[in-house]
Amino acid sequence: MHEPIVRVENVTVSFDGFKALQGMNFSMDPGELRVVIGPNGAGKTTLLDVITGKVKPVEGRVLFKGSEINGLRVNQIANLGVGRKFQTPGVYTNFTAFENLELSYQTKRGVFSTLFNPLSSSDVEQIYAILEVIGLAHKTHQKAGLLSHGEKQWLEIGMVIVQDPDLLLIDEPVAGMTEGEREKTVRLLQSIATDQSILVIEHDMSFVREIAKKVTVLHEGMILCEGPMEKIQSDSRVIELYLGRGGEGHASH
Amino acid sequence: MKFPATASWTRAEKLSFGLITVLLLVVLPLLNALPTGSFLHLSDFYLNLFGKFLAYAILALGIDLIWGYTGILSLGQGVFFGLGAYVMGMHLMLAIGKRGVYQSTLPDFMVWNQVKELPLFWKPFYSFGFTMAAIFLVPALFALVFGFLAFRSRIRGVYFAIITQALALVMWLLFNRNELNLGGTNGLTDFKVLLGFDLLSPSTQRGLYITTALCLMGSYLLCRWITKSRLGKVLTATRDNEHRVRFSGYSPANYKLFVFVVSAALAGLAGALYVPQVGIITPSQIGVFPSIEMVVWVAVGGRGILIGAVVGAIGVNWARSFLTTAYPDLWLIFLGALFIGVVLFIPDGIIGYLRNLLLRRRAASASADEEAPLGPEGRQHA
Repeated sequence: MHEPIVRVENVTVSFDGFKALQGMNFSMDPGELRVVIGPNGAGKTTLLDVITGKVKPVEGRVLFKGSEINGLRVNQIANLGVGRKFQTPGVYTNFTAFENLELSYQTKRGVFSTLFNPLSSSDVEQIYAILEVIGLAHKTHQKAGLLSHGEKQWLEIGMVIVQDPDLLLIDEPVAGMTEGEREKTVRLLQSIATDQSILVIEHDMSFVREIAKKVTVLHEGMILCEGPMEKIQSDSRVIELYLGRGGEGHASH
Repeated sequence: MKFPATASWTRAEKLSFGLITVLLLVVLPLLNALPTGSFLHLSDFYLNLFGKFLAYAILALGIDLIWGYTGILSLGQGVFFGLGAYVMGMHLMLAIGKRGVYQSTLPDFMVWNQVKELPLFWKPFYSFGFTMAAIFLVPALFALVFGFLAFRSRIRGVYFAIITQALALVMWLLFNRNELNLGGTNGLTDFKVLLGFDLLSPSTQRGLYITTALCLMGSYLLCRWITKSRLGKVLTATRDNEHRVRFSGYSPANYKLFVFVVSAALAGLAGALYVPQVGIITPSQIGVFPSIEMVVWVAVGGRGILIGAVVGAIGVNWARSFLTTAYPDLWLIFLGALFIGVVLFIPDGIIGYLRNLLLRRRAASASADEEAPLGPEGRQHA
């Protein structure tokens, strides 16, 4: 039995009395690719907020690689090896694609290390390699603000990859993408899923079907059910949850 | 492989830096050395005035670092300027010795205020070495403590501007008080010598001018190195998307604190160079109004461009010294109009406007070139 890469134990998060998470128990094994789905307001993004330290739970604890990270700040948790891609692309629009990756690159993050140590040429090579992986090699020196929506999404995924985290949290990677871009994203995530643990939040059910092995369904701040995709698809509660709200794939729109 | 967009100098940069160095360090002092009657002669008065502008330019570089590059508007830079200036002023007061009006070893204002003994905190300033260190350390330590409290509490944006303005007001009130033993409203003045050199002689003033120009060059190189380093990129990334920076594992508060301390140290240096050239430092030169004016210089010259800060500081002060002589009543109106005009019509400042013009022209000619077949497209090295 592996130690889970991340474990959320009995976590409750409350925003002015509204319970975004209610006694949530969630865990992931190292190397796993997990998809979390659920209707709006189910607590998906809040789950990521709790893991990354953005939101502090009122109850329960969060363990990363076996040690408690509840009290730590966002940047400390990031340095332990948790990378996060946001729902709306969080890229630095005034910087080029290369610089975006350079800013996210896994090195020491202290003031004086960044002042005195430029990246080595092998670091730079690695960044170029990631640019190839995310399909932006031809836009290396283009300002991120000028990239298309899909390209921004890939760039941010690239930023999380160069951070070299043990756990990648990816919030809605294909939202707003065209069919072709979605295909590319599926391949991208599958190619990196081999050595890192990835948690993906997504509404797009055809995307979920393509990449998911194990799926967790959230509803009203609790886990509704969890298991392989086939089992989830045939679960009557999930069907009711989605079909009852206007059919799959439209749940969020 | 060569790393793109780093500290390497472009030819245009090398050329302009070289030209400005020659202009400030060779041409102006040479013009000053010409015989008084000569057509091109630069009077001692103007060289001294220019020395003051260059001191202001050093401070403006610091403002550009924190405001232009990091997006933090500090309206308290006058405080750090004042700390550096008063540190230097205290040393100069003590250097007067018994040559003061009352022929006491105490500074004149202390005799006047019936202070019998030199306060303890004045004593270390007999030492020139201590003074030189304190010029940087006093404002830097002050900024370190103040910035630590402010940035740790995540005070930012307009709140930071307001709290630094309050700081400027507090310091102004404090320095006006005689009990502080820093000369009260009249400040520190009547300086006679620095390291044994007569401050009233033109050659000493020329030496001070050259020292100031050298310090400006050094400050520019320091700021350039900072902004071109990875740290510089983190600063600007913090300005544009602090949230993302935090999730990438950086502590924005530490970066802000660093840049705040550096800008304070530069302001302190500027103050220390100002005092022996102008001959007086009073609370009115370090309060709320001067602090705002300093920000205007950078806005006019161009935020986020180091040379813009230098041009703004020199340009606005030049205009000021001309206008306050020619049309004394109009200066403030002009300053206000200038600021409003810049904000409305050229928000990137004069240098920013020129740079955009240049970039647009270059882009236009590049797209014209694209019509012709190009070589294999590779990674461009800026």
